[in-house]
Amino acid sequence: MIDWSIITDSLPQYASGLWLTAQLTVLSLVAGLILAIPLAVMRISPRRAVSGPVWVFTYFFRGTPMLVQLLLIYYGLGQFEWIQAQWQAGNAFWLIFREPYGCALVTFTLNTCAYTTEILAGALRTTPHGEIEAAQACGMSRLTMLRRILIPGALRRALPAYSNEAIFMLHGTAIASTVTLMDLTGAARNAYSQHFAPFEAFIFAGLLYLTLTFALVGLFRLAERRYLAHLLPRKAIKGHTA
Amino acid sequence: MLHGYAASLLDGAWLTFQVAVLSLVLALVLGLAGASAKLSKLWLLRAPAVAYTTIVRGIPDLVMMLLVFYGGQMLINLATDALEWDYIDVNPFVAGVATLGFIFGAYFTETFRGAFLAVPAGQLEAGAAYGMSRWQIFSRILFPQMLRHALPGLGNNWQVMQKSTALVSIIGLSDITWLADQAGRSTHQPFLFYAVVCAFYLAMTALSSVVFNHLERRYSVGVRRSAA
Repeated sequence: MIDWSIITDSLPQYASGLWLTAQLTVLSLVAGLILAIPLAVMRISPRRAVSGPVWVFTYFFRGTPMLVQLLLIYYGLGQFEWIQAQWQAGNAFWLIFREPYGCALVTFTLNTCAYTTEILAGALRTTPHGEIEAAQACGMSRLTMLRRILIPGALRRALPAYSNEAIFMLHGTAIASTVTLMDLTGAARNAYSQHFAPFEAFIFAGLLYLTLTFALVGLFRLAERRYLAHLLPRKAIKGHTA
Repeated sequence: MLHGYAASLLDGAWLTFQVAVLSLVLALVLGLAGASAKLSKLWLLRAPAVAYTTIVRGIPDLVMMLLVFYGGQMLINLATDALEWDYIDVNPFVAGVATLGFIFGAYFTETFRGAFLAVPAGQLEAGAAYGMSRWQIFSRILFPQMLRHALPGLGNNWQVMQKSTALVSIIGLSDITWLADQAGRSTHQPFLFYAVVCAFYLAMTALSSVVFNHLERRYSVGVRRSAA
């Protein structure tokens, strides 16, 4: 029933697709997280002028499909003559937006950044009052308090929600195949159209995604055991059985 | 306005809305069935439900949709050949709704399972002590309280689901994203048309959060809020 030769024939394409999927996922998650930290701090500011723009950014990117965002950036930007002129002039920054790889990376980064900002802002808001008071009592400046108390604590508390976001991002990168990129889904679509074998092509890709998902879940479980060790259920101490 | 494409985009918006609502209904049904199976004492019911939620939540929705659309077509072709029927085309609307419902059914299963477990057992015992039948306990005690616990999770799932409807454009359904793509190509103004699509989704998600906030208030009647 299953024609294994279809999979073995396309194995090199699946391998390079896997590599591209991993690249897109990891690069956008890392860049998105780094950008999200200052944005989350701005997001919880009591001043509207500071938190407002961040709210608009997260509201847009969380309220629209990532596919439409990608199409808007990849096909949409070329509509403007000014950007075309920048491409003609060889402006290195704007040339990123002419390549599908650059567009996908920018879209995915902004998208995950928006979700991560809200996750981190939520975690910052739930900082226990006592921790802030203790920091103030120690005479910490606001910046020192952010660096030593607020952000490290928020990053830990955000870990379970962030692991979900990371998995969503891994799955979200599948839409890169709609802008001609040969990621794992792109490789599967290619294998399908070459052999007209949907089951082999897509189930094999699905299994690879499943493996990546389990690997990611495992990594986050390790991270939680390390950074949320204080929340683990207490183990019975030897010789002191109740 | 919109170079005469406004009416066509409106049709697409209506189609997207239909896809979203129909797959929500399917996902709710699958979610309730999945949660019941996962909480069952019978291993034979539990195992497939666990496999369902694990596998579906581990694979991108796009890959699943392509598998159902192209794979479903192949299965139907095999069936019609065997039965010597005429060729039947897989309707992308049916494939889209079926896939989205099937995928989000897995997420709803997890939400409902957690919500059922959150209802204290003492409440059910109290119902039994009053001589209520199993159905009365379910419909008067378990279900309404379960729904309160499930609503925030359902709201999140629904928000994700609405945005996933854009994927049906990839299997050729003329939803708002697909029509905007066509309009953008022929007018050379893709940015404008994709921006309209963004505005549509923003409106739909904003409206949903209003509805869900209202529902959450309605089902939280009698719950004490913490002062903070």
